[in-house]
Amino acid sequence: MGRLNRFRLGKDGRREQASLSRRGFLVTSLGAGVMFGFARPSSANQIFPLDRSLPDDGAFEPTIWCSIAPDGEITVNIIRAEMGQHIGTALARIIADEMEADWSKVRINYVDTDPKWGLMVTGGSWSVWMTWDVFRQAGAATRTAMVEEGARLLGTTPDKCTVANSIVSAGGKQISFGDIVAKGHPSHSFTPEEMAKLPLKPASERRLIGNAELKALDIPAKTNGTAIYGIDAKVEGMLYARPKMPPTRYGSKVRSVDDTDAKKIKGYVRYLLIEDPSEVVQGWVVVLAESYSAAIRATDALKVDWTPGETIHTSERDIQDRGRELISNKEGGVYIFNDDGVDQAFSSAHTVMEQEYTCASVLHYQLEPTNALAFEKDGVYEIHAGNQWQSLILPTLAKSLQVPESKVILRSYLLGGGFGRRLNGDYMIPAALASKALGGKPVKLILTRSDDMQFDSFRSPSVQRVRMAFDSSDKITSMDYQAAAGWPTGVMAEAFMEKGVDGKPYDQFAIAGGDHWYEVGAFRVRALRNDLAEKTFRPGWLRSVSPGWTSWGVECFLDEVAHRQKKDPAQFRLELLTAQGRNKGQAPDSVGGALRQAAVVRRLMEKVNWGKTTLPKDTAMGLATTAGQERGMPTWIGCVAQVHVDRSTGVVTCQKLTIVVDAGTVVDPDGAKAQTEGAALWGLSMALFENTEIVNGMPVDRNLNTYTPLRIADTPEMDIEFLPSTEKPMGLGEPGTTVVGPAIGNAIFNAVGVRLRHMPVRPADVLRGLQNS
Amino acid sequence: MTTFRLNGREVTVDVPGDTPLLWVIRDEVGLTGTKFGCGIGMCGACTIHIGGRATRSCVTPISAAEGADITTIEGIDPEGNHPVQQVWREIQVPQCGYCQSGQIMQAISLLKDYPSPTDEEIDAVMAGSLCRCMTYIRIREAIKKAAATARGDASNG
Repeated sequence: MGRLNRFRLGKDGRREQASLSRRGFLVTSLGAGVMFGFARPSSANQIFPLDRSLPDDGAFEPTIWCSIAPDGEITVNIIRAEMGQHIGTALARIIADEMEADWSKVRINYVDTDPKWGLMVTGGSWSVWMTWDVFRQAGAATRTAMVEEGARLLGTTPDKCTVANSIVSAGGKQISFGDIVAKGHPSHSFTPEEMAKLPLKPASERRLIGNAELKALDIPAKTNGTAIYGIDAKVEGMLYARPKMPPTRYGSKVRSVDDTDAKKIKGYVRYLLIEDPSEVVQGWVVVLAESYSAAIRATDALKVDWTPGETIHTSERDIQDRGRELISNKEGGVYIFNDDGVDQAFSSAHTVMEQEYTCASVLHYQLEPTNALAFEKDGVYEIHAGNQWQSLILPTLAKSLQVPESKVILRSYLLGGGFGRRLNGDYMIPAALASKALGGKPVKLILTRSDDMQFDSFRSPSVQRVRMAFDSSDKITSMDYQAAAGWPTGVMAEAFMEKGVDGKPYDQFAIAGGDHWYEVGAFRVRALRNDLAEKTFRPGWLRSVSPGWTSWGVECFLDEVAHRQKKDPAQFRLELLTAQGRNKGQAPDSVGGALRQAAVVRRLMEKVNWGKTTLPKDTAMGLATTAGQERGMPTWIGCVAQVHVDRSTGVVTCQKLTIVVDAGTVVDPDGAKAQTEGAALWGLSMALFENTEIVNGMPVDRNLNTYTPLRIADTPEMDIEFLPSTEKPMGLGEPGTTVVGPAIGNAIFNAVGVRLRHMPVRPADVLRGLQNS
Repeated sequence: MTTFRLNGREVTVDVPGDTPLLWVIRDEVGLTGTKFGCGIGMCGACTIHIGGRATRSCVTPISAAEGADITTIEGIDPEGNHPVQQVWREIQVPQCGYCQSGQIMQAISLLKDYPSPTDEEIDAVMAGSLCRCMTYIRIREAIKKAAATARGDASNG
């Protein structure tokens, strides 16, 4: 992709910018014709050629979201990060469908930062959900403008025109969008208020939304080596950099540096001590060299002596014990729900059930290690990197660099995996500060895998305490759910936190999922912020965030209750998914409420012949269901995992995952399936294969020699079904992750009678359980 | 000085002999389709062909490349239309795509050794290629489809 063509353009930065906003970079144009089979003459500033150009002038922009060129090419501006979800294609479908565009003329432009785009964030499975209305309105505006001008050129009125496939027709005559722009010079642009009033197509007339035949526009470049990720960004004269990582995430202070041995490495330039006014990056030493391999070696050879931060001896166990302590203390925390009568229900209960569930720290291990290229040009710092939350890191970068926000621009690239790691753009800071220290010279900083894992803002370990009160007839009268973890949003995006019923701010991404849609009587949900976790590391948002672990507590606990009551766990859930009170749902995001979750569970039971299938010994199914990520944007999902447990080794083999989803309207059917496949396998990976542990203040794993995510051989058969719906589209990047862990935990219990309450489940835990049972 | 053939052309570079081939390909030659993932030969993102065999370029020193015939993702087909690339697009395998150059190079190598691979053979050979987006189901399907197409098996191809 021709992202870096900008360096070939005019020297006037402003003019360059203006032309770039039109030129963009054209995903679909970069097929075989542009690709080179062999490298051009070897040089460090090899840049990828963009051999197409759009006219700078003459394109029509009815809204900021798209433009139509005189040749009919339609450019859709995408402010979301492309990280595997094919989001550009999904969003372009929405605008193009409403516009009645010829899909073959649609191009995507992944934009750089600019205040006009508003909130630039790609996470939370929000992208389609939050763009749905805006892009349909923008599409309708474009269609309206094309019909108005087309009618004029055809000598008729808009009401006599039809429009399809980029062509406006009336009375046997027709004119294309391109010709309308070229000949008519339309100028009607729309305010957001005007856009909101435009009529939108009914679901029955959609051609691109829900069309299973369309291919993702970003895929071809990902099969021939031409896709350009952040790590591929280059500029003439840049130095390569690698950090020397301090012993603790925070508070380490450099006592001395000795580069005697580093100087023996050919290509070593110098080292820099990074002083970050934002205090995000603390105690780093950055090594500069003429090549990255020299930077790797020189960093290894550099000797740095630090006074470590106070968490140098903190362990995962210490953090979990702190979580337990917080939960035990009646003071503190934030109440998300706190219905009247909880305490009374528990004190007068006939029986009370209580369990603790724990989940381990998990690393992102996005395959492209974090990296950034930074330089200053004409007083503006350019940071070239893949990133998921530009609006969040930009002010921090400005603070680090001590410049106004208007003097920092982030250039967008493909992401070699996001999974939430790149919501936190902290990795740009040392690159920017290194460049600043060198007078704005370009610095390309890449973390090796080991550096990347030490610096990860990983998923916090968590403790959940789940209690339920029952009356004498075993009816549930109350539920009390509490969870303690590090709060990523609290640390990195405080203003983004929600308010509890007690008016106090809390991190919805450290409790969501605990606030489930079951009818459980008086319901209390309390979120506790683990201060020791936050002192030790920078808690991160990791794919599915809290619903990736709260579901482990909620859904395993519900199974435990069902078994205790001698009820079928699926039927038991259906009895609780009554859609009463707060669970009845509301338009437009949760129409139907918990009844839709019940429908998912019923379909799942049908698909797997639930309760009626005879399986071999030590083999069983387990079920779990959630509402996806957040109550405000529920993706109703259920999973049945079929597992076999080897009693001699404790090894759990997941044989099959059956998943049913109601995500409302599905914009991109194949992409939706791909996201659910990947998300569910993340769930499986975190259930059985991967976790780290904090040892001496740092995650103990530094590479794949000890960190063991799911590989191809561990991949089970999968059957995924989306329930038909014309409701508003919800998110799909993460919900698949939420259901797999508890479905497996419940299946293990059904297979061998062992109840495991710590995730991931390791063979040793299974063996211990078998011995105790 | 080390001289080798890369995608059919002769290349000479002057870098320390223990420089990993990966960085020579990416930074000296300027072909960025080959990716850096783990740096210890355990993720497969850096997979290239040396003498037609899948090789992890991040743990191959340039000194070992003297006289070698090397192919990267950019060189397997001049138009980017190797049958494995075609089927990869048809089945829409890539998500983020970062590992996919390596997956494709490994799959091409696999199909040379096992023209009709079983699931077990696919799992064994592809085990060293990590896909963090977990596109494994489609990788399996694509490899089988590419094999069927190569056999001229119309029912599967």
